[in-house]
Amino acid sequence: MISFTLNGEKVESRGNGNERLLDVLREEFSLTGPKEGCGEGECGACAVLMDGRLTNSCITPLANAAGREVVTIEGYSRTDRYRVLEKCFAEEGAVQCGFCTPGMVMAAEGLLSVDPDPSEEDVRLAISGNLCRCTGYNMIIKAIMRASKEGKGLW
Amino acid sequence: MSDENRSVKISSEQQGADISYPVIKKDHYEKMKGEAEYIRDVPFEGLYESAFVRTTIPHGRIRKINLPDLPEGYHSIGGEDVPFNRCHSVGDEQPVFTDGEVRFIGEAILMIAGPEKKICEELCSRTEVEYDELPAVLELKDATESYQDYHYDKGDPDKAFREAHEVYSETFETGYQEQAYIEPQGVVSVYDREKDLLQIFGSMQCPYYVHGALKIAFERDDSQVRVVQTVTGGAFGGKEDYPSLVSCRAAAAALKTGHPVRISYGRREDMSVTTKRHPAILEYSAALDEQGLITGLRVRIRLDAGGYPGLSCVVLQRSVIAASNVYNVPNMDVSGSIMYTNTPSNGAFRGFGGPQSIFAVETLMNHLAARYGMTPLEYRRKHFFKEGDVTSTNGRVHQHVPIPEMLEKAEELIDYSRKYEEYGKPQTGRYRRGIGMSVFFHGCGFTGSGEAGVPIKDENGNITGYNGGSSLKLVKDNKDRVEILISNTDMGQGLKTTFSKIASKCLGIPYEDVTVKNPDTQRVPNSGPTVASRSIMITGKLVERAALKLKAQWIPGEHQEIEEKYIHPDFLIPWDNDTFQGDAYPAFSYGLNVAEVELDTLTGASRLIDAAGVFDVGHTIDRTIMLGQAEGGMLQAFGYGSMEKMESRNGRLMQNSFTDYMIPTSMDTVPFRIAFIDNPYSWGPFGAKGAGELTLDGGAAAYEAALEEAMGREMSAIPATPERVLKALDGGTEG
Repeated sequence: MISFTLNGEKVESRGNGNERLLDVLREEFSLTGPKEGCGEGECGACAVLMDGRLTNSCITPLANAAGREVVTIEGYSRTDRYRVLEKCFAEEGAVQCGFCTPGMVMAAEGLLSVDPDPSEEDVRLAISGNLCRCTGYNMIIKAIMRASKEGKGLW
Repeated sequence: MSDENRSVKISSEQQGADISYPVIKKDHYEKMKGEAEYIRDVPFEGLYESAFVRTTIPHGRIRKINLPDLPEGYHSIGGEDVPFNRCHSVGDEQPVFTDGEVRFIGEAILMIAGPEKKICEELCSRTEVEYDELPAVLELKDATESYQDYHYDKGDPDKAFREAHEVYSETFETGYQEQAYIEPQGVVSVYDREKDLLQIFGSMQCPYYVHGALKIAFERDDSQVRVVQTVTGGAFGGKEDYPSLVSCRAAAAALKTGHPVRISYGRREDMSVTTKRHPAILEYSAALDEQGLITGLRVRIRLDAGGYPGLSCVVLQRSVIAASNVYNVPNMDVSGSIMYTNTPSNGAFRGFGGPQSIFAVETLMNHLAARYGMTPLEYRRKHFFKEGDVTSTNGRVHQHVPIPEMLEKAEELIDYSRKYEEYGKPQTGRYRRGIGMSVFFHGCGFTGSGEAGVPIKDENGNITGYNGGSSLKLVKDNKDRVEILISNTDMGQGLKTTFSKIASKCLGIPYEDVTVKNPDTQRVPNSGPTVASRSIMITGKLVERAALKLKAQWIPGEHQEIEEKYIHPDFLIPWDNDTFQGDAYPAFSYGLNVAEVELDTLTGASRLIDAAGVFDVGHTIDRTIMLGQAEGGMLQAFGYGSMEKMESRNGRLMQNSFTDYMIPTSMDTVPFRIAFIDNPYSWGPFGAKGAGELTLDGGAAAYEAALEEAMGREMSAIPATPERVLKALDGGTEG
């Protein structure tokens, strides 16, 4: 049994330590917000936060999560910070097909939690591990910049 | 970024306001929260996974297949399990499971289905296939056999070339482009034995294409097949006809095993075997007068169709029709062929044959301008077509062409002409800059009379009517909420939102009271596929007409249903697909792209430093959604022109992951300056025309033009990889 904190709750996984965290989240815990776009850590659709750091769950063995705090979009979407991002993503038209979106939101949180007042370049860099084929990124970048302003004090 | 697009305010209270005023997208919250169910997220009881044994030679015949012993619960499924072992696209060429001739590396020979994906994969890897190999055609330039050829003439091309002051010829090459939707291909088939119903759930653009393919392959009636689209994580043409193929395979497995069966491609599998944008060779000859103006064009286009023709003939139609882009060329001789090579089949990708031709024409214009001492813009101005002019196929430009307004807007947005002059002065040092422009169009909707169906001709050969046309239904419940029943899909482009806006605006009811669900062929009429930039203009117009009809008959609190059928515009010159004469499209959308780049002359690497896009898509139905189309399409176009490189070697695609096939990341782009020119089209809803594909048609040409200015050298091929750039810097022409 491998125990860790998942979206604020203590959990134990039946999985082997070498299983992919992504599979454990999706299959054992039925958290399908993290997606598999490449399975090689290139696209970021599977991104979650592990102890606050953006992590590609498709190349993370379950064992690495032991004793740590894992947050997926399902947990994050219950926060006030999420609600600001949700509004700003809507207003800037930052969501098209939506497949990269949960990972993008986690990347936004990963940035804003350490840098609540980022420059446009900082945002660009922070989401550079998350591929999006629909939007061309600029609308996502504007949404995150806007959230950093509208959500002042939350981060 | 122009002010009109900046930081839009969102309101659902859009009654009275212009329809362009943005609203919150219908699927925004479920996608943000990760609650939207893509096919991989949908649970199925007793689900079987699957894996494929694929061909490993480019051409030959299968001699023998040696399967390992299959453990209990594991099944092998092959051609013998499909009553008519062909997957219907335009024709019926491609087998569902390859059982005789092998035509490319990566065809599915058989499938193993069972409870565990890893075991399916292992059983596949232990399967041995013996072949008799045949000589293969591995390169487009070596291809000699074509699946289909088209030819048309305009004016008197022979005379134009005979009397030309000079003839200029150039050959252009364009490469593969992978759609790279972030959600790979995936479907689940469920066979309901009690109802004898064969079902498919999955990621797709065109549920009725899948429905049709299943009916043909499994020899079933309409009512025995059901196709349901699940939330689709991007498509860009890559999920136009390819899902039919995986659906037929999944269906065969579901029928054989009695379990729901899932096909879910990994990224490498997806990139290795699915359809891409056709590599092309485009040979252009221009007859020129004393001033260097074009009096005639001779064009020969060859597209690499790969192992099976699929949709290639339709793609080629668009390529040949776009052979003169937005320019008045009085005399033309255009031919095109889709060539058979032993490489994976190519197919639909946003732009659909347009980007290849537009790259060639736009680059040709730049090269001719330089030869005759004009700027690219001066030279273009002498050739732009306008309302009333004759198209390449002797149709008419029926509506206003707002290119002058677009040019003015582009100057305002990015100061094109001043920068062009500045960068045109001799540059020194390692880093050099350039700016490039492209002007282009996209014919909206199906080519020819595709929307109306097959023409019915009288005994004299005159077209008297058409046999087809899409239809839709509006259903109002007793709480006065309205559902739009259509087979068009939302794959991220925002169709649920734009269609709901059209209906709510016409009906005068709140946006929240209109819904569009993912299509289920048992519920929705066939309003056609989600392709060809047709959804808004064609189906959206049906929504508008149906909604106005419902409003006229509105009875509060009562259940009501309205059906509406396509009406073919009455102003068109009938299209003849045998001679390629007439109006190929009812309307054109127009685009203008400017790219400004910086080139590192030491490494050949280039990067975008500024960009502008000006588009006429009629009247925008939602400004934010349209901005998303423009932003996303332009970046795909710049990727196509610069960094997205795929090549086949010995019949095998050498790039099959995001590690080696690079699509632009957030670090590869800059804020775009985008504007829309309002130019309403009366046969589109609220004046809207096609929009989705246009945005990817011209960016590659603009990027290459900018690079050429930075280099002071000409190029004739894309993508402009550092290798190509260095070669051009080194010694003039590249290959």
